[in-house]
Amino acid sequence: MDEMLSVRQLMKTYGKGCPACLDLTGPDHGRNMCPVCGTIVACADVSLDVYPGEVLGIVGESGSGKSTLVKTLYFDEEPTAGEFYLRSYEDGVPNLYDLSSRKKRWVRNHQMGMVYQNPHLGLRLDHSAGGNIAEKLLMAGNYHVGSIRERAVQLLEKTDIPITRMDDLPRYFSGGMQQRVQISKAMANNPPLLLLDEVTTGLDVSVQANVLDLIREIQRELGVSMIVVSHDFSVIRMLTNRTIVMKNGRIVEQGLTDQIMEDPQHAYTQLLINSLL
Amino acid sequence: MSAYNYAFLDENTKKEIRRKTLKAIAIPGYQVPFGSREMPIARGWGTGGLQVTLSVIGKQDILKVIDQGNDDSVNACNLRDLISSTSEVATTTDTLEATIIQTRHRIPEEKMQAHQILVFQVPMPEVLRTVEPSEQETRRMHGERDYSRLWVQLYEDIVQHGEIRISYDYPVLVNGHYICDPSPIPRFDVPKLHQAETLFLFGAGREKRIYAIPPHTDVVPLQFEDYPFTVESYDQGCEKCGCTTSYLEESFDRVDGARHYYCSDTSFCGKKQVEQGELVQMGANWHG
Repeated sequence: MDEMLSVRQLMKTYGKGCPACLDLTGPDHGRNMCPVCGTIVACADVSLDVYPGEVLGIVGESGSGKSTLVKTLYFDEEPTAGEFYLRSYEDGVPNLYDLSSRKKRWVRNHQMGMVYQNPHLGLRLDHSAGGNIAEKLLMAGNYHVGSIRERAVQLLEKTDIPITRMDDLPRYFSGGMQQRVQISKAMANNPPLLLLDEVTTGLDVSVQANVLDLIREIQRELGVSMIVVSHDFSVIRMLTNRTIVMKNGRIVEQGLTDQIMEDPQHAYTQLLINSLL
Repeated sequence: MSAYNYAFLDENTKKEIRRKTLKAIAIPGYQVPFGSREMPIARGWGTGGLQVTLSVIGKQDILKVIDQGNDDSVNACNLRDLISSTSEVATTTDTLEATIIQTRHRIPEEKMQAHQILVFQVPMPEVLRTVEPSEQETRRMHGERDYSRLWVQLYEDIVQHGEIRISYDYPVLVNGHYICDPSPIPRFDVPKLHQAETLFLFGAGREKRIYAIPPHTDVVPLQFEDYPFTVESYDQGCEKCGCTTSYLEESFDRVDGARHYYCSDTSFCGKKQVEQGELVQMGANWHG
């Protein structure tokens, strides 16, 4: 297996479903709700590969299924159907969605990091910043307070958070700082795969630049594979090598980021690029 | 007491509790739900332990009931009277003589043997309740052994206070799988659960749960590699019997307010005093 991860025919629907669901939804119909049974097809027919050290962008408007996609990759949501292989887990042989929930948890804790748009989802705001990083390390079986704190200091230094605030609650941090703590937590046990869901949305421009710089630096230094979800093409352009464009739960176009930016093929991608400020 | 069924509970109830108890023993540390019955004492006053004791007791048994180490407290006396009069068993205050001991928040000082059963009264069986209010969620966490949040709490304790501050209800890992609440016994008693000869049964009447630690089971208190688990220690021994290896209780003289330390296990302390030739009435009972 050359790919770091590959996803095949991933589908996630909300509702009871009917045989017509897949035929009557998607970009051709401009909807993701089945007109027959009312099922929401959040994403369907999604197949993608990420190579080691590569950063893959997923772009699309709100409701295009991009967040659902990363949530199913992080096992936050159970997919309706699909296969998911990770090279770092048993050479990518087993379909991760067939594993027991305990093994899924193991993969999630040891092989992945996730940064959510909203820090409330990724952090426990009533535990200290250090405690949040500790949680990820404890999940992976590190039970030595000294080494946990050492690692937390390293990570907070890297993400530019004053060490004096290590034992403070992230509840009292600014949005940008919370986001950086979240990144530290996601990076805590050096996962080979990092999932970033709209990490800069809602931050002001200078803080955005700061967080993006940090992500680029982490990527360059550690060679982590990443999936970056955003509706913002400038974030995608800055971070990613390859991009997937999604609309109404389907992939409408994929290719090198530069290529997609300069020469978009699908009408929807052209619209997205042209609406860049 | 012929107006009541033997051992107070009806036979179907006893059958259910025995089956749940067997299941609990088969899955060490796992909380088995059971249909907790209305008892003649209030929920939260030992109904769980009482139901377990009544369902396993037989006429040949010898019963001891302690309340925080004490045979003579109101609660211990009343429970002992209820159990002994409905199940027609002999009672004792001697740990080594008893076959069943029902306890509230202590493990006796004298080492218990394979033929004995220790029944704990448990107020809050769910060790994860402090970090997660939802029962559905805590059950999932137990199933997947997702205990990181409990660990984070211990970590935060060390960061803020330099040590783990839990003095009772200290979480223990049973048989390498479930983390469970050993009931509010002091830290001092926690190591006694490890690889013991005795069967430990835990009953929580209000929360409707039974769980167990079978004999010869690994019971490990949660600890960090650089912050090992410690038990209470004292600068002095018991002021009545002089014992320096028992769990002591602090008590204040009601006249001059002076602070004294005495063994919490009264029957053990009494025995020691008798050995030293002092005149102690063993198992003194407040109502004769």
